[in-house]
Amino acid sequence: MADRGQTSPAAPATPRPGQTAMSWPVLAAVAAGGALGALARAGLLAATPQHPATADWGTVLVNVLGCALIGVLMETLTRRPNPHPLLRPFLGVGVLGGFTTFSAAITDATDAFAAHQPGEALLAIAANLIGALLAVSAAAGATATLLDRAAQRKKT
Amino acid sequence: MTALLTAVGAAFGALLRYCLNCAAAARGTTGFPWGTWCVNTLGCLLAGALAALPLPAAVAALAGPGLCGGLTTYSTFSYETVRLLAERKWTHALGNIGANLAAGVGAAVLGMAAVGWFLR
Repeated sequence: MADRGQTSPAAPATPRPGQTAMSWPVLAAVAAGGALGALARAGLLAATPQHPATADWGTVLVNVLGCALIGVLMETLTRRPNPHPLLRPFLGVGVLGGFTTFSAAITDATDAFAAHQPGEALLAIAANLIGALLAVSAAAGATATLLDRAAQRKKT
Repeated sequence: MTALLTAVGAAFGALLRYCLNCAAAARGTTGFPWGTWCVNTLGCLLAGALAALPLPAAVAALAGPGLCGGLTTYSTFSYETVRLLAERKWTHALGNIGANLAAGVGAAVLGMAAVGWFLR
């Protein structure tokens, strides 16, 4: 991943210095993005089969996909000299933050545990966590390789 | 219709997440992503409480996948964890995973139990 110097690890959710944190356009971008992300999540979940009290693969799919996309987004944005100030609030905080869900990943597990399916509970937690971490690193790595190649081609 | 209610709830959830993250960032950077931990724990507490409440389907869609789904985030949580790993801050990275998962499960169970106790 591209090194961005002294920025905090909370980078995708916090504004950079100089960017107004609480301006109306930023808040509107976050809210609109969140609504769109949740709509996409509802659509995807409606299309995947639901089995109560088991690891919910719809939630896993949503989270892994959202994590792959944030890897692509952050790798792309950090390489741009001046990304549009609303891109990260809209796409990163809003759309992808609204699309992925930590609460569903956890309640899928607690529901399975309450239904005496401890194996399914652990599977729900592990599948979301491992899938998400692998998706971020693989997508960020692949994006970095592609962007490096494109930059090389431009130079030669 | 329920999808629209989910979208409205998520818009507020995302706004609340952004504001809480800004508040956490304003308290100074400790190198540990406390802002995301706060929203994820709060969202799990709410989700657990909601699961125990007898709610009409429309309200449940607005509050559960809507507000809680929009408030919590897996993408920022895993991005921050991967960044900590890339910076070789192993204890921070493992601590972040452990703190989010433990607090999330604990908060969901607590929310469910608290509502169950009140509804007795």
